[in-house]
Amino acid sequence: MDIKEYIASGILELYVAGALSEKENEEVYAMMLKHPEVTKEVLSIENAITTLAASMANKDTSIIFEAIKEELNLTTDDVGEKEVKVVPIEKRSKILLYVGWAAAIIFGAGLVFSMVLKSNLESEIEVVRAERESLKEQIYEANSDLTAANELLSVLRTKDIISVPLGGQAVSPESYAKVYWDKKSNSIYLDLEGLPEPPPGKVYQVWSLKLNPLTPTSLGTIDEFLTDADKVFDLENANESEAFGITLEPAGGSESPTLEQLYTLGVVASNP
Amino acid sequence: MELEVLIEKFQKKDARAFESLYEMYNDSIFGVVNNIVKNDDIATEVMQDVFIKAWNKSESYTSGKGRFFTWLLNIARNAAIDKVRSKSFKNSQKNLDVDFFVHSIETNDNLDQQTNAIGIKKYVGKLAEKCKKIIDFIYFKGYTQKETSETLEIPLGTVKTRNRNCINELRKALEV
Repeated sequence: MDIKEYIASGILELYVAGALSEKENEEVYAMMLKHPEVTKEVLSIENAITTLAASMANKDTSIIFEAIKEELNLTTDDVGEKEVKVVPIEKRSKILLYVGWAAAIIFGAGLVFSMVLKSNLESEIEVVRAERESLKEQIYEANSDLTAANELLSVLRTKDIISVPLGGQAVSPESYAKVYWDKKSNSIYLDLEGLPEPPPGKVYQVWSLKLNPLTPTSLGTIDEFLTDADKVFDLENANESEAFGITLEPAGGSESPTLEQLYTLGVVASNP
Repeated sequence: MELEVLIEKFQKKDARAFESLYEMYNDSIFGVVNNIVKNDDIATEVMQDVFIKAWNKSESYTSGKGRFFTWLLNIARNAAIDKVRSKSFKNSQKNLDVDFFVHSIETNDNLDQQTNAIGIKKYVGKLAEKCKKIIDFIYFKGYTQKETSETLEIPLGTVKTRNRNCINELRKALEV
């Protein structure tokens, strides 16, 4: 574009008046940066307008700046140039900086805290879950124990049940036991509450005895003596037992009873 | 000091730069405001508001948008027009005439202390009627080209060139 023509178009006069669009303003500004003669022209126009406008001022308003300063709380007194005004701004921005850092730290701490809290809660949930599982198990066990107890009770109440008390023998005079023998179902229930805990590596073995001649038949070993809570055990017994005996044997049981370790013995009543 | 540097400092809330800019433009702004409100006391009050506003929103100015003076001029015209339209002002309103700016220059005793006083008085004295109006509308009332062309009943394209010719005459008189 021809610069002289551009200048002569009158656009720069409107530029100074503020009568152009934002886009046109930017275009003129770009031209000013590119062409010094355009800038020079704009400055001359501006100079003319400010002078013309100032010539309408029928009053000296220099003093008004004091009122403006007061209104804005400004000070232009010497003391190291602009420092006076700058200092409070820096202070404010420093405070903002501190506040910003403080907020960041609080936020970070809060984050860490909530992470810790979360993992704590998670492990608590784990614990509670495990507790619930074990409680469920306990309830299940209690239920099955109850069922077993009820079963036992109904067995004991059966008319045909034979009750055989077993008395303590030389090895352990304090010991006692009871056998409930249901002949119809060929099963016996043993109440071993009165026996001491077998030493490690040993188990109680239950024998069915024929007395004449003395013939022992193993009914089995009580392997769960320690773990069983009510110490009531059931075994099969299809023998024509005349007596029952319990001996302490090495784990796994023995072929024949070790009579030195006979803890309890009881004879079945000769009736019915 | 360079104008750009002053403006930059002013935008960083340098009160001394603000004072320098005030000294540079206070007469022009007062002249523009008084040309609209036509009352010295009210014009003083409005001009004070104009500079306070400029200080408070200094960061909104960018050189790409136009001249700093133009930015101030815009604030001043708007503030003055707002004042004129306000209820309190209407009650105390006096005469209105487009030649007020010429009249105020011709009768301005204060002007004699200013430089260019002779040139200005000479200029406005022989200023063509069409120039008085177009300068008043475009610079001191803030009319757009379209508003100016409609008000003066001249073609839109003529506004730009006529305005330039009028300003050229002024510049000759002022030797700028």
